[in-house]
Parts: sequence; structure tokens; C-alpha cells
Amino acid sequence: MIQFEGEHLLPGQIGHFFVILALVSAMVSLIGFVAAFRTPDLQQKQAWQKFSSISFGIHFISIITIFSIVFYICANHYFEYMYAYKHASKELESKFLLACIWEGQEGSFLLWSIWHATIGLVMLRIKNENHLSRWKAPVMTVITTAQVFLMLMILGIYFFDVRIGNSLFTLTRYEIPGPIFSQPNYLSFIKDGMGLNVLLRNYWMVIHPPILFLGFALTIVPFAYAFAGLQTKQYGDWVKPAMPWVLLCAGILGVGIMMGGKWAYESLSFGGYWAWDPVENASLVPWLILIAGLHTMLIYKATGRSLRASYLFAILTFVFVLYSTFLTRTGILGDTSVHAFTEAGKAINVMIGLFVLTFALPMLSYLLFNLKKIPTIHQEEDTNTREFFMFIGALVFFFAALFIILITSIPVYSKTPFLKDLIIKLHKGPLAMPEDAEFLYNKIMILVAIIIGFLTAVTQYLKYKKTPAGYLTKQLRYPIIATVVLSIALFLLYPIEYHKHGLGFLIAIYVALFFMIYAIIANGMYIFLVLKSNLKFAGGSLAHLGFTLMIAGMLISSSNKQVISDSSVNGINVPVAKDPMTKKDDNPTENLTLIRQVPTKMGDYQVTFLKDSAGNEKGRKFYHLFFQNTNKQSENDRFVLQPDVYIMKDNNMSSNPDTRSFLTKDIFTYISFAINTKENEDTAQFKTFVMAEGEKNYYGNGYFTLDSVVKNPNNEKFHFTPNDIALMAAVTFVSKDSMHYKAYPLIQADSLGVLQVDDTVYAQNLFVRFVGIEEGHKIKIGVKESSTLIDFVTVKSYIFPYIILVWIGLIVMAFGIMMSMVHRANLSPKLGAVVLVLISIGLCYMFLFAG
Amino acid sequence: MKRTHLIILIGIAALIVGLLVFSVDFSTYDTIQSAKNKQGKFVHLIAKLDKSMPITYDPINNPNYLSFYAVDSLGGQTKVVYHNSKPGDLEKSERIVLKGKMQQDHFDCQDILLKCPSKYKDDKKMLEQKMKEEVSSK
Repeated sequence: MIQFEGEHLLPGQIGHFFVILALVSAMVSLIGFVAAFRTPDLQQKQAWQKFSSISFGIHFISIITIFSIVFYICANHYFEYMYAYKHASKELESKFLLACIWEGQEGSFLLWSIWHATIGLVMLRIKNENHLSRWKAPVMTVITTAQVFLMLMILGIYFFDVRIGNSLFTLTRYEIPGPIFSQPNYLSFIKDGMGLNVLLRNYWMVIHPPILFLGFALTIVPFAYAFAGLQTKQYGDWVKPAMPWVLLCAGILGVGIMMGGKWAYESLSFGGYWAWDPVENASLVPWLILIAGLHTMLIYKATGRSLRASYLFAILTFVFVLYSTFLTRTGILGDTSVHAFTEAGKAINVMIGLFVLTFALPMLSYLLFNLKKIPTIHQEEDTNTREFFMFIGALVFFFAALFIILITSIPVYSKTPFLKDLIIKLHKGPLAMPEDAEFLYNKIMILVAIIIGFLTAVTQYLKYKKTPAGYLTKQLRYPIIATVVLSIALFLLYPIEYHKHGLGFLIAIYVALFFMIYAIIANGMYIFLVLKSNLKFAGGSLAHLGFTLMIAGMLISSSNKQVISDSSVNGINVPVAKDPMTKKDDNPTENLTLIRQVPTKMGDYQVTFLKDSAGNEKGRKFYHLFFQNTNKQSENDRFVLQPDVYIMKDNNMSSNPDTRSFLTKDIFTYISFAINTKENEDTAQFKTFVMAEGEKNYYGNGYFTLDSVVKNPNNEKFHFTPNDIALMAAVTFVSKDSMHYKAYPLIQADSLGVLQVDDTVYAQNLFVRFVGIEEGHKIKIGVKESSTLIDFVTVKSYIFPYIILVWIGLIVMAFGIMMSMVHRANLSPKLGAVVLVLISIGLCYMFLFAG
Repeated sequence: MKRTHLIILIGIAALIVGLLVFSVDFSTYDTIQSAKNKQGKFVHLIAKLDKSMPITYDPINNPNYLSFYAVDSLGGQTKVVYHNSKPGDLEKSERIVLKGKMQQDHFDCQDILLKCPSKYKDDKKMLEQKMKEEVSSK
């Protein structure tokens, strides 16, 4: 047995102990809650519940302890632990320490379980009589079952030859084979950890995962209540207590998803906020089903209908969260997604599969067996009622979700034994996405948007159970007039220029926009006309307004997205293809090379690559691009964007965009290529000229004059006082194409010696140096002509018009949902106001001001 | 109208939409050889960068032209042309998924998906490699 030097084994041992304790306490608690809901005796029930609550408390504390220890290990760079070695590094700024915990599979499972445990703790603290006698035990049964699974995922104990779960506390020397681990002092060789992936070094990585996982964790609540409904045989009573949770989940999950979009837009070079990537889809699908469920539950509360559908949606929401876990964490998406985790081992995959099946199959069968017992109203409803149209909306959302998940699951089909062969036979090869995968989604989703837009506009004006004749037409008169006027104005003043998919799709975009405007106006007016500005009930309308505003923003900003870094303006590119509709060039010539200090036209802007500068982190480089609007001269239309790249070892790079936001548009720019190869290294020499003021000399591409020599200059570039000893030469270069370039080389003498500050004329590949002073008011000017280009950067630049509508819409939607939540949860006015104010500050900061 | 009828109606509509979707020309995963037999058809290739052949990318002259050679596990080889900028970690990638069409002598690529060992680091081989480098540099 080797005695290793410098290892800190104690935290790991404590951590491992708490993982086991967390697992055992979750199991004990589970047994207690099962016993509690099975016993009819109230006293016994309470005894069991008390017992389980204590056990759950231990579970909660254990999980928090595990998290703290992981944090401690990463913060102290104990690289003897695999998790710290893989995810932390010494150069990592401390704000990213949390991010490196949830970068990995194990850490994100831990994060998920923290939220489950927190939700469980809240459940245990609810003092409502009904809750204590009915809902608490079955709801907690579901939550603790999930916790048992999550703890198994991070257990890391061998059961015969199979390792159950991956421990956060496993040692590096157990995981990586290598001769160095037979040396007692191996730790002294590990200078640094792998660190957080550079793509993820971003403040969104710190806040997005916790919010998204809170959203995911909250989906277990409606599932648990649905189980409780079936178990207690109080089939409809669970809807009321579940409602605030569903709303909370809808708000948080919705925000979490769009935070991912904002992150992708702001700091990843995907060129947008939504790409129908499988990982994005996997988080959207549960949200769509949840929203469907929210509406059927509202119908049930108002009319007693749609209870079965509510059960189905409540169950499927969580099932699809689990399914998305399966998609993103087992490596099954493999070649189709840019963000999926890589595989963490076969055993984990099997466990995740079991996790999904354990919840999905028994619960769906439980529902099926009890379906007949769930009360339903057999009398058919009128079609001119609110519930009728709400139900259609819910159904459309549900089908939209199914459609998305069916397409997203394509990689799964190719790995399903029987299906795989069938597909190969029918399709003549393994199934892959079509040429334009985004359009496949978009053309269906535009139809969904049209229907949803119409329904959100009209449905609120209908009444539950029966709407009096003529009421609807009377109420909707003004919204429809306003919509028609606005739509025509939009069509004339700001037409949609999206011809890529033909006239049919363009018309569909217009129709969808029309209904979005309709829904925005109708919901806005509803708050004033029908609710008489009574804000207590305005949550729903506000959420609908926000949602449709967000979709309208998406339609406009995507359809009229404009590529301004079109390199065909430089005459460099040969067009590849013609657009069938506009007969314009439609080719991906979206990259433009900017040569340092040479102004280049991009759309309405003249862009100059000024300089680059180093960032705080190793290998990070910022490029200063000066944008100047050629049509306007105001201060606002001149700005510097600083997209940056991380240049890693062996010349690989990762790029982060920079965006300038205006009310009407965003200018989005990122570096698509920034690596200067060795060939660009300079071998040219300075050639010295002795010149007097006004004298002229020649260089390779023209001539230059020495305009003046200034003593101790004090201008934009240099700041000298009369006491200094410095001379600056003003030189003008005139190239053959009669362009004038100014250069100001400087020479300075102080106690340290002589210092020369060279100047450059990048456009002419020139370096200019003030070499020295000669007799008779003459100076020596050195000119170096490089044979190769000196510095350049290749950029991509887009304009996203009115993208701010997307973020404002989201904020309004989330705020509306939270207003409803406050209302349904019966929070005191004071508490409710505090919650809402905090939420709106947080949302506005994140989506409008940060970054 | 009865609600059940309506649900059936919407179900049928969804089914029709579904059928329409699947009548879309879904692509296939192909080998380089089989793609060569499907000239001009949109396919997905799973291949590797051929490191013995040169990569051409000259952003000063044309930032939208990249060409390189790809090989697959069955030994097929093709020239690839991509009208876009060079992805940062092309050289480092272990595997690349190329989406595009075979055009006589080259594969006209519309999209490249790189699978890099660095992107998501749960890869033990990569760690082993790094550990070796670190030790040997001492």
C-alpha cells in the first residue's frame, strides 16, 4: 500500500458518508410516507408522517452538506478528487465556482435533488388541514421516490461488478489509469485542473442551470398531486392545491428555457436564441404540456369538465422531463445536438432508463385502471363557451409538443432494435433530419401560432358555461378594428422580407402576426374593459399578452433578420445559388474579413477593426470593432463592439459575440475566424530615410512626406508636458490609388533611455518608426513594408430587428403567471407584492440590462 | 358540435399534419462511398478529418471558402468544400458530421457538426492524454 502525499481524504469520506445518509434517509422517509397514506387511522397516519418528516429533514441536511463539500473541494483545488480535477482550475474566477459544480452530470443531478428536497421541505411545512390529512403523504411519496433515484445516480458504490451511480467524491487516481499514480508524490505533478469549459464561462452558466432545474423539479408537483388524487380517490380535489404550483412551475420553467435562449443569443456563436436543437426541444416539450394541463385544470375548476385530461397532462409533464433527461444525458442524441452531455457510462444509462420507466409506466397504468372512476360530465357543452375554446387550445399545445418530441426522438428510433431495421428498410438508410431541419419545425409551429393567437384573443371574452348571444361580437368589435389598422400599417411600413420558403410561408407569417397583434390588443383591452383594471384577476390576460408579444417578436426578428457581414460587398465571393423567390443571391457568404484599420462597409455601417486586447483569462482576446452609421451622425450611431475569442492550445478557438442593443434592433457580431498563421510572421526590415520637414520620399506602393516634427505633443494620442523630452513626426503616406494615410511615430528620452513608439498604416502594411535626429533640422524615419498582411479578423454580423419584443414579452408573461400564482396561492397582499416586485426586478435585470 | 367529435377532428388534423411531415424528404446517414452513389442528394456523412491532406482556408482572400479532406471508417475519402468560415476546432475534432450533397469530385457541405473531446470533458481518454502530457512536460 502506497502512502500518497498531500491528499485531503477527509472531505471525501465525509461527503461519501452523507451521500449514503441522504439515500438511506430518503428510503426511510419513503417507507414512512407509504405507510402513512395506507393507514386509515388518523393518529397512526400522523405518527408516520412525523417520523418521515424527521427523516426527510435529515435527507435535506445531508444534501446541503454534500453540496457544501463539493464546493469546498472545488474551491480549494483538491485535484486528488476527480470532480475538482475535471471541472475546476486555478485560473477560474471564483464567480464560476458554482458553475463548475453543475457543469458535470453528477453535479447537475445534485442540483436537481437540492430543488426536490427544498420543494419537499415546503410541502412538509404547509399547515392546511386538508393538506395534512390527505395530500401530504402521497405527494411526499412521489418526491421521495424521485430522491431515491437521484441519490442512486450519485452513489458510486459497486454492486458486484456494476457501479451504481457516479460519485462526486471519487479520486482521480481511481479513475485514470497511469504510471504516475504509483508514485507517492503524484499530486505534485498535477499542476492544474481541466477547468470549466471556456464556452461556459459566462454569468448565464451561473444562473441558468439553477432556474431551469428548479423548473424541472417543480414539474414533479402536479404529477405528485395527480397520484394523490388517484390514491385518495378524491379524484378532483387535488386540482385546487396543485394550481399555484403549476403556475409557479409554468413561470419558472418558461423563464428558464428563455434564459437558455438569451444565453445562446448573447454569448454563444449560434447566431440566434432558438435553433430547434434537441436539447432545447427537450425542455420546451414539458412546458407546452404543462401549459395545456394548466388550462384543463382551470376548466375543471370552473365547470367540472376536463379532469381526465388534467390528469394526463399533469403526469406527462413530469414524464417528459424524465424523458428529456434520458435524451440529453445518455448520449443517445450523439451526433444531433451541440449541447448534450456525453455518455457517462452504461450503468448510468440503464439507471436513467429505469428512472423514466419507474415513473411513467406504473403511473400511466394507474391512471388507465382508474379512468372510469374519474368523474366526468356526460352532457355535451356549448361551443360558444370559454371552456370549449380553452380545451381546443390545450389540445393544440399538446399535439404541438408531441410533434416536437416525435421529431426530436429521431436518433432514438435508430437505436431501437426492431424499429431500426424497419426504418433502414423503408427509408434506405438510417433516418436523419431533412436538409432544412428548422423549417420542418417552423412550418408546423406557424400553424400552431395562428390557432393559439386566435384562441388567446377570443377565449377570454367568452364566459364559462354559456355566453349570451351578441356579447362576443360587441366586445370584440374594437380590438378587431384596431388590429386591422395596425396590421395594415405594419404591412405598409415594415413589410416582412422572408422569401426563402416561398409565398405560402410568407403569407403564413403575416397571418400569424395578424393574430398575435389581435391577441395582444384583445388581452390588453380585456384588462381595461372587462376587468375594469382590477389587477387581481389580470394575471391570465397579462400572461397571454406577454406570450403573444414574445411570439410576435420572434416572428419579426427572425423573418427580418439581416446579415450585414455579407462579403459579396467586397466583390470577393462568387454567388453560389439563387433564391427561387427573389432571384437574389442566397448563399452563405456571411463571413467578412476586416483588415486592421481599413474601414469596411457593412450594411448601413462602416466598420473598422481598431485593435485587439487581452482579457483577464488566459488566451482570451477582445477585438475592438468601431461601428459608424454612414447615414446618421448622432453619438448613438457610433460605437465599439468587442466580441472576443478564446484561443486555446493548438490554435483552436471559441467565440463570444458582442451585441449593441437599440430599441428597434440589435447589432449582433461575433468573430468567426481569428487565427493568424505563422506565414504572417514578419521578416521585412526597416529602411531608414533622412528627411527634413516637407521633404518627400518613395515607398513600394507610393510616396510619403514628412509634414512636421512636433516637440512634446499633447493630443489625442500622446500627452506630454513641456518638461518631457519627446518628438513626434507627422508623416503622410499617399498610395498609388491616391489614398492618404497619416502616421505619427514618436521618440522619447527619459532617465531609462530612449524609447521609440512606432506607428502603423495597416492598410498599406507599413510600420513607421522615428529612428533618430540628424544634423541640420533633419530626422531619420524608418519605414518597414511587410510583404504579408499584418492583422485581420473575420466576423459575422447580423441585425435582429425588434428583438427586444421577445424579452419584454417574456417578462410580461412571467409576471402575469406569477400574478396568477400569488392570487391562487392566497398569499397576503404584502407578501404577494414583495414577490412580484422582486420577480420583476430580477427579470428586467436579467433580460434587459445585464450582459 | 360534440366535444368528442371535435377531439376526433383535431386528432385527424394532427394525423394529416404528421403524415405531411413524414412525407418530407428526411435525409439519411451515409458512408462516403454510398453518398458518392447518391450524387446531389442531401445526406449526412459521419467522417473524420484526413490529417494527411491539406486544409485550405484563406480568410483574407475569401472568408467563405474552406476545403479539406474527410475519410470514413470504411476507407472512403472525399474532398469537402464548405462555404463558410473554418470552425475553430476542426483540427482537434475526433469525428465530424457533414451535412450536404456530393457533387462529382467534392462534397458540398452546408453544415458541419464537430465532435470534440474538449467540448464536453467527460471523456476519460482525453484526461489520460492530458495527464500524460503534463507529466512528460515536467
